[in-house]
Amino acid sequence: MSESPPSPRPSVLPPPAPEHLAELYRQMFVIRRCEEEAARAYAQGKIGGFLHLYIGQEAVAVGACAALQPDDYVVTTYRDHGMAIAKGMSSKAMMAELYGKKTGCSKGLGGSMHMFDAATNMLGGYGIVGAHIPLAAGAAFASKYRNDGRVTLCFYGEGAVSIGGFHEGVSLAALWKLPIVFICENNEYSMGTPLSRSMSVEDTSLKALGYGVERDRFFADDVNLVEHRIAAAVKRAREESQPTVIEVRTYRFRGHSMSDPAKYRTSNEVEEQKRRDPLLLARRELVDALGEERVKAIDAEVEAEVADAVKFAEESPEPDASVLEPTTYDGPFAA
Amino acid sequence: MRTLRYREALREAMIEEMERDDRVFLMGEEVGHYQGAYKVSEGMLEKFGERRVIDTPIAESGFAGIGVGAAMVGLRPIIEFMTWNFSAVAFDQILNSAAKIRQMSGGQFSCPIVFRGPNASAKQVGSQHSHAMEHFYAHVPGLKVLAPSFPADVKGLMKAAIRDDNPVLFMESETLYSVKGEVPDNLEPMEIGKANVVREGTDCTIVTYSRMTHVSLEVAEELAKEGISVEVVDLRSLRPLDEETVIRSVKKTHRCVVVHEGWPYGGVGAEVSDRVQRLAFDYLDAPILRVTNLDVPMPYNAKLEQHVMPNKERVLATVKRAVSRGRS
Ligand SMILES: Cc1ncc(C[n+]2csc(CCOP(=O)(O)OP(=O)(O)O)c2C)c(N)n1
Repeated sequence: MSESPPSPRPSVLPPPAPEHLAELYRQMFVIRRCEEEAARAYAQGKIGGFLHLYIGQEAVAVGACAALQPDDYVVTTYRDHGMAIAKGMSSKAMMAELYGKKTGCSKGLGGSMHMFDAATNMLGGYGIVGAHIPLAAGAAFASKYRNDGRVTLCFYGEGAVSIGGFHEGVSLAALWKLPIVFICENNEYSMGTPLSRSMSVEDTSLKALGYGVERDRFFADDVNLVEHRIAAAVKRAREESQPTVIEVRTYRFRGHSMSDPAKYRTSNEVEEQKRRDPLLLARRELVDALGEERVKAIDAEVEAEVADAVKFAEESPEPDASVLEPTTYDGPFAA
Repeated sequence: MRTLRYREALREAMIEEMERDDRVFLMGEEVGHYQGAYKVSEGMLEKFGERRVIDTPIAESGFAGIGVGAAMVGLRPIIEFMTWNFSAVAFDQILNSAAKIRQMSGGQFSCPIVFRGPNASAKQVGSQHSHAMEHFYAHVPGLKVLAPSFPADVKGLMKAAIRDDNPVLFMESETLYSVKGEVPDNLEPMEIGKANVVREGTDCTIVTYSRMTHVSLEVAEELAKEGISVEVVDLRSLRPLDEETVIRSVKKTHRCVVVHEGWPYGGVGAEVSDRVQRLAFDYLDAPILRVTNLDVPMPYNAKLEQHVMPNKERVLATVKRAVSRGRS
């Protein structure tokens, strides 16, 4: 299988402007720290249900969302906390949602898997694998219908590439030339199943060939590279209304969810992967560009923001039952 | 007699049937190498190998359809849905293929297949992962739908489901997998379609199944202290529905409360109510009442989830309401 896909790309990346890199790093670190705090709160029983952490994958959400305009849409899976933050939602709204509080982005009704934020055009995290892919194509359809110039990014795991929703979504987006970028976050495992046991090819972007759309494939170690490569696809969507199928190769440092001990991989493998932690790589680059002092100041800011988010979540009120009917129907309840 | 957990009873039934019949195989997500998302199939890959314990990609419509096709030509698949929520993706294969093959072919082909997995609420897993899917499926002629509550019934009915020549949908419960119970040695397949009176009483009948049987038994225990004698009928099978056992009980107690997870609109409770009012009208001293999920999607927040689910307090209050009616 070819490692180097045919799509055109700059051979040497221009170095990121230091202030821009600082912002990308800050976002990645906010996500990392929020996830760590979420894991802690989960262990204390303050967060319930499923909790799928994004630790290790931060560069995908942050790099990709950096290539967007605020009006653009994002749709993703249940592994969605980091994506919501990268799209601009506040860490307070995210943490409060995890705590099931009224001040959470979805009023405490959605929880970890369902981060929605209309204000930042975060169209949600979805629990049924693959189901959100046609839905994302629907948002892109609306953009084309209204000619509003918006682009939709649709994220999914490599496990979703086997399900019908993926194929129908990409097929229709290709046929109708919708302004969308399909981004597979290939973190190597679909729950306990390595990609080699779930697909007949090892590169999910190859699926683009059958639908006649452009594709790309790269590692997510460098957030700057992620931004550039996604930006090229966003440009294609915005200017030519052509979809792209991308595979970003990444790795989740934790189990599939909090209940997964991840016995299907060795600790050696995980340690090996942690050595290319995109957050640490970005930090190193930033220290070179701006100096240790400045980066420490950013770190302190992030710690304060995350502590604030946790405090906000802890202290916020819970929703009461009056929220149930008006969130079931718009208008009178249809009993 | 041995004490087994609910999940062990399931596993034993599958293993015994696979040992006696090479046509039986298990297919689903994470059933093999991962040992089952809820450890139901633990050890089965090692025992039977990859030919008969088959890990699938996330492709419910695909592997449900593969099961149906294989069943038509003589195999006896057990298809596991990681949870029944995901069967929605395969609904067409169950509704339009499995349930229709026999009728469409004028009886030439049968579809001896088992679909199984955990159903209904777990804990705070939100609206997309908390569906009680039995109500949708019990609606469909051509399907059988089972929802046992205790390990012995789980084992006997799973063996029967595997040997049945029709599509049988087996509804388990994540919250019951660790429940223990006595299971007779050398248990034979049980007859499908028989309810069980799991507690005798004289003042009110609770008709229920799966997880809510356990909740109903707790309620009956509590009400006994207040001098209210509750009979609990565990349906075990939702289609076919053992109306004889239900009616016999209601004729004795004169009151009926149906308790299940899932929404009230057109559900199993509505079906039971119809049969009871039709077949025991003259015996009823109170309207038939239902305790179900509230009529809204399941919220994530823990307290609201408890509020929406058919909890113990609500069952208790409803039985009291049924019993107090017509008494001074
Ligand atoms: C249709 C469907 N089937 C099964 C599941 C259960 N499930 C949730 S996540 C998951 C694995 C998905 O892996 P992948 O797509 O690679 O994404 P990742 O979790 O690695 O981000 C499975 C099987 C589901 N949510 N939806």
